[in-house]
Amino acid sequence: MERISRRGFIKAAGSTALVGMLGAPYLALGATKKVVVVGGGPGGATAAKYLRRLDPGIEVTLIEPKKEYYTCFFSNEVIGGGRTLETLRFTYDGLKKHGVQVVHDTVTGIDGGAGTVTTAGGQRFAFDRCIVAPGIDFKWGAIEGYDEKASETLPHAWKAGEQTMLLRRQLESMADGGTVIIVAPPSPYRCPPGPYERASLIAHYLKTHKPKSKILILDPKDGFSKRPLFEAGWKKHYPGMIEWVSGQKGGKAEAVDVAARVVRTEMDQFKGDVINVIPPQTAGRIALAAGLADDKGWCPNDPATFESTLVPKVHVIGDASIAGAMPKSAYAANSQAKVCAMAVVALLSGKQPPTPSYFNTCYSMIAPDHAVTIVGVYRLQDGRISEVPGSGGITPVDASEEMLRREMAYAQSWFNNITDDIFG
Amino acid sequence: MKTKTLMGAMVIAGAALSTVPVLAADPATNLLSAMCSGCHGTDGSSRGPTIPSIAGMNAEYFVDSMKAFRDGTRAATVMTRIAKGYTDQEIEAMAQYFAAQKLVRFPQSFDPKLAERGKRLHENYCEKCHEDGGMKSDEAGVLAGQMMPYLRFSLDDFLQGRREIDKKMKAKVDDLLAAEGKEGLEAVVHFYGSQHDK
Ligand SMILES: Cc1cc2nc3c(=O)[nH]c(=O)nc-3n(C[C@H](O)[C@H](O)[C@H](O)COP(=O)(O)OP(=O)(O)OC[C@H]3O[C@@H](n4cnc5c(N)ncnc54)[C@H](O)[C@@H]3O)c2cc1C
Ligand code: HEC
Ligand code: HEC
Repeated sequence: MERISRRGFIKAAGSTALVGMLGAPYLALGATKKVVVVGGGPGGATAAKYLRRLDPGIEVTLIEPKKEYYTCFFSNEVIGGGRTLETLRFTYDGLKKHGVQVVHDTVTGIDGGAGTVTTAGGQRFAFDRCIVAPGIDFKWGAIEGYDEKASETLPHAWKAGEQTMLLRRQLESMADGGTVIIVAPPSPYRCPPGPYERASLIAHYLKTHKPKSKILILDPKDGFSKRPLFEAGWKKHYPGMIEWVSGQKGGKAEAVDVAARVVRTEMDQFKGDVINVIPPQTAGRIALAAGLADDKGWCPNDPATFESTLVPKVHVIGDASIAGAMPKSAYAANSQAKVCAMAVVALLSGKQPPTPSYFNTCYSMIAPDHAVTIVGVYRLQDGRISEVPGSGGITPVDASEEMLRREMAYAQSWFNNITDDIFG
Repeated sequence: MKTKTLMGAMVIAGAALSTVPVLAADPATNLLSAMCSGCHGTDGSSRGPTIPSIAGMNAEYFVDSMKAFRDGTRAATVMTRIAKGYTDQEIEAMAQYFAAQKLVRFPQSFDPKLAERGKRLHENYCEKCHEDGGMKSDEAGVLAGQMMPYLRFSLDDFLQGRREIDKKMKAKVDDLLAAEGKEGLEAVVHFYGSQHDK
């Protein structure tokens, strides 16, 4: 059997590369190096874990206010009634096992020059390098009448936890024949396909329980991620139920009247029974406060290392960062964290960071047996994170039902594996 | 099998060399490979329930698979789009990386009775190429401990012509189906799924 011997040969050769990830020949020399990680989401938690995996000699402190992290990814399934919030809950026990020192506090200051981080609890941490991954914050007031207080009545549900459940409860108590309004955000924002996945899974719930109801998406944009796939899915599973109003057609929300449950656009007023406002976004507030963001509210950096171009020795990853062609997703944050961790370990020992590569996938669920994906494989080209030409992209529009079913089955594994890679 | 002794010799040679640090996978390859773990699990061992593990995979089978995905000759949901992002050289480097990772087999739910029957059927029909109860990765990926839904998808793809099947394997699968029916093939899947570490 010629094939066996061919394969056997390579396998044998392969077994010499045993050391893998842990064998990266970068060990920081001299005094213990300190890295402080700000934020324990997919970006920060992955960075902290991989720093320790790459070089257990580095002292890694992760600062995060919350003791439990609820993933936004798959929270649309909770909103649609297909899963419990509990399944989205993760703790920091896994990171502690990797030797990460986890501190529950809120960072209030990052001083790149002095190499210190200060917290609301009055603590101070010195660092050789700092990795900042605070996610996003909202531009309260950008839609007139929509501030933090308003979100207690008209949820954004764009940070998971109580907000997710609030939107879920409102859908549960809505009468059949009601109108759900989703106010979609302008780009750039966290999870480009998220609002449309949300519309799909709410539609699934309504179709099953309140079939006379409608969903209206008010959008400032004239297109959206995976649009042909969503529109085909809506037509197939929820005909006539979801209406999308583009920016051109007057979909941009200008104001909300919280008490009356009305969204005002340039030309119209829309009354909703449940209104989900996903506001315009910026990098997490601490990034702005620490001078890491540009005038648009996002953090410029050197994409080979994610070191800030505004504050040396401070790196920014995840949703808060500007990352070329990469979207703001958990997969992207996890991928950037590994690039950044490797670069930081190299820089701490005076070495050249390795050639970077980056990756993204987003699964979007349209119905219980129908999911689609977008994939991106990226490299650094002329100083910008760019897709490898001819690769990636969305699920083919003519994909068979069998393949769409499989995508749904695989989505579950993605969730289990990425959350384990982040927190486990 | 003649190749066995040859392979044994190679593995020993490899083990002896593995203490030489120069042979450590380079950081860029580690990074390239770490990009896959969001789906395939950290270092290629999947927690399941569906996406296959790729740790401990025979490097040549890995390379063949990636190229088949890239050419579109092997049906897939995402891997066709992913494989197009990598050069031959990068695929070969990742193949070495994953071949060197120890596969962790996470538990799956299986029917012990079916698994018992599958064990016997495996020995009769499949062991010749998927040795050690499917633990060994020579011909294909490791079958023992592989995610059961994925194994079903793969078998279905072979039978439906979505993926090229080894002629001799086809004969064995046909024999099994003729003698034991679809449940026989399902039993073999349960046997593979019944093998786990933890
Ligand atoms: C509905 C929805 C669905 C989604 N689905 C997907 C999906 O299917 N796939 C996918 O890949 N992505 C998905 N995403 C996107 C994903 O959730 C985000 O991209 C990801 O969470 C970004 O990670 P991050 O670490 O940058 O930020 P975050 O996850 O926001 O984490 C930031 C952390 O920093 C902490 N923090 C903030 N300020 C401070 C401070 N001052 N001091 C200390 N800590 C601080 C916060 O408490 C938080 O825990 C979805 C998002 C939404 C809203
Ligand atoms: C979005 C999730 C996802 C990502 C990311 C991903 N894979 Fe896959 N992989 C899959 C799925 C799902 C399959 C099964 C085939 C399919 O449907 O695409 C698979 C199959 C494979 C197989 C064949 C396994 C076998 O037993 O024959 C190989 C090899 C593989 N992937 C390698 C990789 C490598 C290398 C990377 C990183 C460069 C990667 N994959 C990234 C989801 C993923
Ligand atoms: C004559 C050798 C041979 C026999 C016998 C054989 N196989 Fe295979 N099998 C192969 C080869 C070769 C491949 C890899 C095909 C490829 O390259 O894509 C394979 C692949 C597979 C795969 C796909 C693995 C993956 O990772 O995607 C499954 C599942 C499988 N075989 C199951 C079986 C079962 C069950 C039997 C017994 C009924 C069997 N095989 C008998 C040679 C064989």
